[in-house]
Amino acid sequence: MHSSSISIWFFIGVLLVVYGALITGYGVFELAAGLPAHHVVLANLHAPLWWGGLLETLGLFYAVRFRPGRARK
Amino acid sequence: MFGLLTAATAAGFPGSLPATLVFSVAPLARLGTLDLVVIALYFVMVLWIGFYLKGRSNTSEEFFMAGREMTAWIAGLSFVSANLGSLELMGWAGSAYQYGILATHWYWIGAIPAMLFLGMVMMPFYYVCKTHSVPGYLKLRYGEGARIVSAVSFAFMTVLMSGVNMFAMAEVMRVVLGWDLNFSIIVSSLAVAAYVALGGLRSAIFNEVLQFILIWGGALLVPILGLVETHGWTGFKARLAANIASGATPAGDYTHLWRSMGHFADNPMGIHWTGIVFGLGFAISCGYWTTDFLVVQRVLAANSLRSARLAPVIGSFFKMAVPFIVILPGLLGLVVLQNSDGSLMHLVGQNLATPGSGLHSYNEVLPLMMVRYLAPGLLGLGITALIAGFMSGMAGNVSAFSAVWTYDIYQPLIVKKARDEHYVSVGRWATIIGVIISIGTAYLVMNAQGIMDYVQALFSFFISPLLGVVLMGMFWKRATKAGGFWGLLIGTLTSIGLWAWVYINPAALRYVALSPDAKAMAENMYRALWSVIVSILVTFVVSLFGKARPLAELNGLVYGATVLPVEEPVPFYKNEWFWTVIAIVIFLALNIYFW
Repeated sequence: MHSSSISIWFFIGVLLVVYGALITGYGVFELAAGLPAHHVVLANLHAPLWWGGLLETLGLFYAVRFRPGRARK
Repeated sequence: MFGLLTAATAAGFPGSLPATLVFSVAPLARLGTLDLVVIALYFVMVLWIGFYLKGRSNTSEEFFMAGREMTAWIAGLSFVSANLGSLELMGWAGSAYQYGILATHWYWIGAIPAMLFLGMVMMPFYYVCKTHSVPGYLKLRYGEGARIVSAVSFAFMTVLMSGVNMFAMAEVMRVVLGWDLNFSIIVSSLAVAAYVALGGLRSAIFNEVLQFILIWGGALLVPILGLVETHGWTGFKARLAANIASGATPAGDYTHLWRSMGHFADNPMGIHWTGIVFGLGFAISCGYWTTDFLVVQRVLAANSLRSARLAPVIGSFFKMAVPFIVILPGLLGLVVLQNSDGSLMHLVGQNLATPGSGLHSYNEVLPLMMVRYLAPGLLGLGITALIAGFMSGMAGNVSAFSAVWTYDIYQPLIVKKARDEHYVSVGRWATIIGVIISIGTAYLVMNAQGIMDYVQALFSFFISPLLGVVLMGMFWKRATKAGGFWGLLIGTLTSIGLWAWVYINPAALRYVALSPDAKAMAENMYRALWSVIVSILVTFVVSLFGKARPLAELNGLVYGATVLPVEEPVPFYKNEWFWTVIAIVIFLALNIYFW
């Protein structure tokens, strides 16, 4: 499943990195701009910020760990 | 995967609740630009994967079996993901709101024992005999007749169910987001057709793993925030108890799995524990998880026997966790969902959530919870999770259809000897044609939604009898070709006959389900149980009058006549038995904790 091919985990990592960047970016923007709570409950917890950050972290891990060309056993 | 929007289908099992989804008319959510970008990126990614893998699906082994190169993790996640359709997510969340934690039975006892049984007991035979499909196993064990009957019924039902899924998902998108039905059907089906036809089973599996991750990434935040709002599980139970005491929520035991199972009349599902344990836990669950090629195909693609055995075990851990993103949001909805005036929201049955009523149906609880908690971007991710769930289910259907059509119908009946490239080409076209038939079915259902009930029942006719015949073939050397054929046929006729009996005379339910207090869901379970018992008995009796095959012919097919390959020793933490024991312990602990 690996050999010289790109692992599915790399694809997943890339998508999570992009999602994480978009959602965290929105979270930062919302926080900085002091935007209203968009009618969602518990907006004060700023979920986009930390959930986006979590996606970003996971995405980076998988994208780097399974990047094409990296030797794996 | 079966995809009817009813709770009963959720774990992929045919159910018996009213199948037609009815939602309120105004869209529940309005997506912003960021949400749309998140959804669009998902489509770009699945197509990218399909195009990337096109060059790795040139032989039939690569196209239909993913080259048998999947690791245990990939096969295991795909195994669960192919079953985790978005409609099931929504249907079971709605059931949890309506019936409480009882809905969890379909994820725990209705899945875990069967998954472990597949991995530890049945998988060696499927894997060692190198079959390409479950009908292929029947051919090796019982001959061409049983294979053809099984293949034709499976292929027919798979595309039909795929179409029903497609329509139901389009209906969900229309109601939740206000999207046009045609737009949803065409876009999603084109995407699935493209990536499966291009990359075959490998592409379907890769995308299922991606979809599985997205389902968790998109849906997990809802129960987390819900628990924060209710101050944890204890706080939730306290609020629920207060609501029940004040009459705001109908009385009932919403948080225990087994306490109300002593009698049919003690629980809202109208089920007895024997129906849950033997009907759901054995007949339906094993029928689905061990003989439905849609899920078994994922495990057959594993790169070794150990991976093939480990894959369902890995899948079982995730299956046990799914109630956290499905059942829990439904339960939390009981206490947190509010109307615009701050009063407690009451979701209603589908027949009451009519346009103009202003009411929401049980099936809307998951989208309502998403809208409640998810900010821009996160809402797009949540909707992507629903779309991903739908597409994984549909891809599972069409890839399994393609393999069964090519290997078990086209090759034995139409073109017996051709070059390998020819069969790959047939597989690609079967994928596309399967999607086209599914689209046709979707529009058929759109114009006559009552068909959904019949399609659902039809599928249930074939699954349980097949289990009886496969079990007899796999564990009894004496089972004969005639025994298998008649066991399958009479078991199926039994299932159809019992269904028709109750359909014509609803009072017959007391005989089929053994109680006048039984409800429709109990009928499903007992009907499945009777059909398994009949198929086993018929196979047994007919086989006694025939001549058994020589032992040498049964190598790789039957317990006691098969020499299993000796696998390299591995550390205990890589051993499938170790993880099976862990899964059993967690399974028992969960059932005891929520007893």
